[in-house]
Amino acid sequence: MEQGFLDRGLKKTVDWRLIVVYLIIMLFGWINIYAAVRSGEPSSIFDLSFNCGKQALWIAGAIVIAAMILFVINPFTWESICKPAYGIVLVLLVAVIFLSSNVKGSHSWFELGPVKFQPAELSKITTSLLLSYVMSLPGFKISKWNHLLLALAIVLLPMLVIVAESETGSALVYVGFIFVLYREGLSGWWIALMGIAILLFIVTLKTSWWVSLVLTAVFVVIYLVYYLRRVGSLRFRRAVIRNGILGFVAGVMLVFATDVFFNSVLKDYQRERIEVVLGIKEDLRGVGYNVHQSLIAIGSGGLFGKGYLHGTQTTFGFVPEQSTDFIFCTVGEEWGFVGCLFVIALYGLLIFWLIQDAERARVHFTRIYGYCVAACFFMHLAINIGMTLGLMPVIGIPLPLFSYGGSSLWAFTVLLFIFVALDRQEKKYF
Amino acid sequence: MERNNRSVKLLIGLGVVLLILLGRLFYVQIINESYKTNADNNSMTREMIYPPRGVIYDRNGLLLVGNRTCYDIMVTPRLVTELDTLALAEALDTTADFVRERMQYYHNYRSRIGWQTLTFLKQIDADTYMRFAEEQFRFPGFKGQVRTMREYPFNAGGNLLGYTSEVSAEYLAEHPEYRAGDYYGRTGLEAARENELRGKKGWHIYQRDSRGRTKDPYKGGEFDMEAEPGKDIVTTIDARLQQYGQQLMNGKKGSLVAIEPSTGEILTMVSSPGIDVSVLAEFGRHYDRLSRDKNKPLYNRAVSASYPPGSVFKLVNGLVGLEDGVLEPWMQYPCNNGYVYTSSGRKLGCHSHRSPLNLEDAVMMSCNGYFCYVFKNILENPKYANTEEAYDHWREMVMSFGFGRQLGSDFPSELSGNIPSSAFYNRYYRKGHWRFPTIVSLSIGQGEILTTPLQIANLAAIMANRGYYYIPHVVKASDGVEIDPKYYERQYTLVDTLQFPKVIRGMWKAVNAIGEGGTANVGHVPGLNICGKTGTAQNPHGKDNSVFICFAPMDNPKIAVAAYIENAGFGASWACPIATLLIEQYLNGEVSAGRKDLEHRVLNTKLIR
Repeated sequence: MEQGFLDRGLKKTVDWRLIVVYLIIMLFGWINIYAAVRSGEPSSIFDLSFNCGKQALWIAGAIVIAAMILFVINPFTWESICKPAYGIVLVLLVAVIFLSSNVKGSHSWFELGPVKFQPAELSKITTSLLLSYVMSLPGFKISKWNHLLLALAIVLLPMLVIVAESETGSALVYVGFIFVLYREGLSGWWIALMGIAILLFIVTLKTSWWVSLVLTAVFVVIYLVYYLRRVGSLRFRRAVIRNGILGFVAGVMLVFATDVFFNSVLKDYQRERIEVVLGIKEDLRGVGYNVHQSLIAIGSGGLFGKGYLHGTQTTFGFVPEQSTDFIFCTVGEEWGFVGCLFVIALYGLLIFWLIQDAERARVHFTRIYGYCVAACFFMHLAINIGMTLGLMPVIGIPLPLFSYGGSSLWAFTVLLFIFVALDRQEKKYF
Repeated sequence: MERNNRSVKLLIGLGVVLLILLGRLFYVQIINESYKTNADNNSMTREMIYPPRGVIYDRNGLLLVGNRTCYDIMVTPRLVTELDTLALAEALDTTADFVRERMQYYHNYRSRIGWQTLTFLKQIDADTYMRFAEEQFRFPGFKGQVRTMREYPFNAGGNLLGYTSEVSAEYLAEHPEYRAGDYYGRTGLEAARENELRGKKGWHIYQRDSRGRTKDPYKGGEFDMEAEPGKDIVTTIDARLQQYGQQLMNGKKGSLVAIEPSTGEILTMVSSPGIDVSVLAEFGRHYDRLSRDKNKPLYNRAVSASYPPGSVFKLVNGLVGLEDGVLEPWMQYPCNNGYVYTSSGRKLGCHSHRSPLNLEDAVMMSCNGYFCYVFKNILENPKYANTEEAYDHWREMVMSFGFGRQLGSDFPSELSGNIPSSAFYNRYYRKGHWRFPTIVSLSIGQGEILTTPLQIANLAAIMANRGYYYIPHVVKASDGVEIDPKYYERQYTLVDTLQFPKVIRGMWKAVNAIGEGGTANVGHVPGLNICGKTGTAQNPHGKDNSVFICFAPMDNPKIAVAAYIENAGFGASWACPIATLLIEQYLNGEVSAGRKDLEHRVLNTKLIR
């Protein structure tokens, strides 16, 4: 290790681009939290009775953690502890259901005196590690059913427990792992089928069941025409026809299950949130109120925004969860379209460079893990900003590294820096 | 290459999603006009609407806590163009220096304040506000905001009602749903029922014209939110009785609690010395003086103080003895000025009375010796292998009366008192080294037993109900206010209903059998059939505490009362007159001519400085 360190120094082995983007996102988030929580009398950004002051402490802690992962902890540790870590976090996830206090209807927070943390945050890390470990084992082939099932089980297990914690939003992030599986050879049909299922769900709710049925039929016909036009063996043709019929039956079942799922399985508030997003229900004072206030705040920002600390919508507390889930409103209002573009570009670059580094990695574990990290960032980004823009139902998950909150900030720091450390290892030896 | 192909596809997907987000942003921020504000970007102004806090009624609909309108003067420093400092100071009944100082402050922090509206002056009364409002056009940027203050039309229940104050920084940190400047209930009922009382804030959004003047509701009021007034609370307190109780307790230190046995509703809860309702409205100004008072008026003794119950506890021991079958009403025990409990002749003393006595007369005369025998029989019951087992059984029975644990009333800061566990004695005396003589003082409610006045009042209610109670509470269910269903459930003691009349006869005689040596004859009111039990509890800090519990009438009781007066001597001397006067006032609506002297003595004696 010493040898490698001498050969290729920090400057060349660490991907500084990621670290710079990381720091910018975190600090920009911090000053926006200050803008969001400051109310009435002026106060210092370090005032510990406000979220912004506390965030300063969290950020300091995050930087210490990042440095530890980068310089102190042996990067090979992660691969070796992934199994017990996954197990422990899974136990914590289950335990929190019984031991936690009820925060807005969900049982997902551990409270240790003044410190609160969500095991669901840790679980993103351990799930990514174990998934990368399993999928990088020699002989792993995603085309084999049992291998695919194992990979799915690793993702679905924590996901289901989190749903049981009534944290459906956090669970949704795990859907992102399908992109990792896709990268490692899962058929693109899976993603297509998922997309079609979501489309049918929406169409059924927005119009009516028979429109969905027609749509299903159209999809099946397209599929059949596309494949049957090609020249193929009889067996191939039979398989295509069988798939087509199965697909149609599944589509019909989905359409009718939608009704049951929507009206019986979902809780009232979840149903309402979806109805508001789909425009089925106008509700400016209840559920839709948050989104409407959020849109007013963002919309009033215009091209260049009202200027830092000059927002009028956000400082009055009309937007709920100002410093956490709806922090993007502050950016929209005070920094305008330009500021939003800046933030989205930062995340875009972060994810792009993550994928780029992952693709360059020679160790499969590093590559797969890099994709996992990218997927987590992507899902959070898309869901959170989509929510503030009214494109997604109100799902309470933070904007990574940006929103107020220690447990989320630290978890994303660990998630990201494990990759930076692994990636550094690549460059040190090859 | 197939693999690379996939990563490219994923990157394209990423790009598409980011473009969708940016496209939506472009639409919301640049194209769509409906989210826009006009050129200067500050065209909207919001006016908070503070809901009136719910008011509090007594059980008969009398208003205990009401609201009075007052005004906060708000300022938006950016809109202050010219300012006649003197005129403003005059209009607001304040000094020019104050105005100058505030304006300087706003100027210093102008960049941080931006377009925010801040509170300039708090709680202006309506008259001053009217003066200001007439001249308001002269002070651009200033406006009034309606707030409410508490008002107390009836001097009853200061400690019980509690007070409200502006939220503190610590409270805000824990309750993000509040904003600086909001009020909340700090103590008493105001705190316990904060969620119902506070209501929901609302706001109106107005369009401002280019000169900063408020014009029409923004988008026809589409985004306005109406305030939701706080819910009114109906208490179980009888305001007139509470007030009379406070007068009786004036100048005494202790508590007076009255419960309606058939419902568990608290009719009166006096902690004396207490706080007068007149200080509640502006509590902050009085807090220092009150918190330093050596008589601790802020402290609600009725639920937050615990004392040895003294002889009233003999009722419990008698009932446990009867239930266990180790005591029968006809059993007679001798008492010669006390009970000798060690071979060396140590004696638990008693007053002089005829001997021997049966249960009824022992209750009537409050004989210490008799109840030493009773407790001895309970602990040396052959059914149990040793003292410890028998003691555990006794403790379980006693705790079923609501002692040694919180009753679960809806009142904050209720103490649990103490019925020591056998583990405690095992630690203290070593296991196997304590027996009946070691803990003989428990026979008469002394020693390690501690109870709150509320628990003693609850004992009175249990006696009245012959074996069960409803958890005492101060809030009644009313329109929009629910109470926990547990308050409607009977809580049974482990003693059978049939045992109670055997003891209650003694309680009746204590008050009503004139000339037979009953301890509470002073409480006799013809026709009311009050049943009572006196207590004189030792107080390490001076004179004994005077204790009395009672209920009336004997059949179908309407009220159960406990009075606990610190350092006031015998139970019969102060606690008994106070409790029975309260009952008389409640049941008869007045004090009979024969007892006017007694009332006069109670009302006009101050036992504390």
